[in-house]
Amino acid sequence: MADHAAHTHDSHDHAGLWDGAKEPFKASYGKLMMWYFLLSDAFTFAGFLIAYGTLRFSSPSWPVPDFVFSSLPGDIHHKPLIFVTIMTFVLIASSVTMVRAVQEGHRYNKKGVVFWMFLTILGGLAFLGCQAWEWTTLIGKEHMTIHNNPFGSHIENGVYLEGDGHDIKAGDSFVAGSSYMVHKHDGEWAPLKYKTESGDIKEQQLGPKAFGALFFFITGFHGFHVFSGVVFLLIIMINAWSGIYAKRANKYEMVEKIGLYWHFVDLVWVFVFLVFYLL
Amino acid sequence: MAGHLSYEEGKKVVVKGLILLGIVTIAEVLVALIGKGYIIPGFHMPVWLMYLFMISMSLYKAYFIVYEFMHMKYEMPGMVKSVLVPTVLLIWALIAFFTEGKSWKEWRAHTKDVAVNISNIPVSKHAEHKEMAPVKHVEEAIHVEAAEAIDSTKLNHTEEHKVEVEKH
Repeated sequence: MADHAAHTHDSHDHAGLWDGAKEPFKASYGKLMMWYFLLSDAFTFAGFLIAYGTLRFSSPSWPVPDFVFSSLPGDIHHKPLIFVTIMTFVLIASSVTMVRAVQEGHRYNKKGVVFWMFLTILGGLAFLGCQAWEWTTLIGKEHMTIHNNPFGSHIENGVYLEGDGHDIKAGDSFVAGSSYMVHKHDGEWAPLKYKTESGDIKEQQLGPKAFGALFFFITGFHGFHVFSGVVFLLIIMINAWSGIYAKRANKYEMVEKIGLYWHFVDLVWVFVFLVFYLL
Repeated sequence: MAGHLSYEEGKKVVVKGLILLGIVTIAEVLVALIGKGYIIPGFHMPVWLMYLFMISMSLYKAYFIVYEFMHMKYEMPGMVKSVLVPTVLLIWALIAFFTEGKSWKEWRAHTKDVAVNISNIPVSKHAEHKEMAPVKHVEEAIHVEAAEAIDSTKLNHTEEHKVEVEKH
């Protein structure tokens, strides 16, 4: 051992800058490449979110998030943003349990790693479940698709001439900027007629089409990241359980790497949440 | 590299992170709801103030996740820069694309104006200048169609005006 140590020390002294065997960033290859992958992924997501912003800027009106996202399981309506806040908590909680798994890995506590990773997986599945419910409601009940967006906004003041049997009655008045959802009856759009202040009779229009496509594509892409994350977490949890990472004696680095990915998914959600639900 | 924190300190960061991210998220949602008059009827916040608050809080959450949860705080300065500096390019992307978006909006407004002008031509005038009017009409209609081709998201109100144009 002493000879070996002396030898490596010697070779380090004489090694040139480009001879390798040095880690200027003091991070392993795998960890470094995970960071650069995440950087490139951040650009992909940024591209999508900027596209959303661009189309929103280009449109005279845009669906209001606290009107669009206001349903809860159990047929509860008009509770703006509550459900997505719960989704956000689920993801934050699963990020926190992931940090604990990495910490237990540094102490070579196999049981701890498996336990906290298991909780992280449950969090990921819970988030996916929430998203599945959200999508089902939007597609099945509210008829939003990548081609159609029932959520519009009025561009002038007026009075409804007919009701939709839900929230709007004939004679209800509205102001410019207020939101509405066009319902479907027997598979056909049933826009309501209204009278504007200047006396014109008009019909509700569907909202900007791009909204549906952007919503499903961006939250879908994020959801796919969560799904892939759950699959990788599952594989790595089983590997950790088998003892393979303990043998590698590198402080469960694989757990640390999937942890980076998992936190990144949470990080992206911070911005998806900001762009789609808050602004 | 993550050995800068003891196990006990690390556990504290976890609890701190859970509470902090939770509180910031609740604060964001509360501002969104209070600002739009959901909680206190009649009370509204200026939109720029709400946006400023939400964007800065989200950036703070992002900072916390990257620096504490992803251990960026304990990496070598060179590595931190190699990951974070490229994201500065996004500032340019934001400026460039949002300006582009605004320009599309102006195009749409222009399209609408042309369409309204055509639909406002009284029918009697059409009859009087029967020899002149069709030529002008076709020219303008071509203009409208070209502008609508640019209108990538196909807003419904332009379709509405198209119908009006066809009526005349």
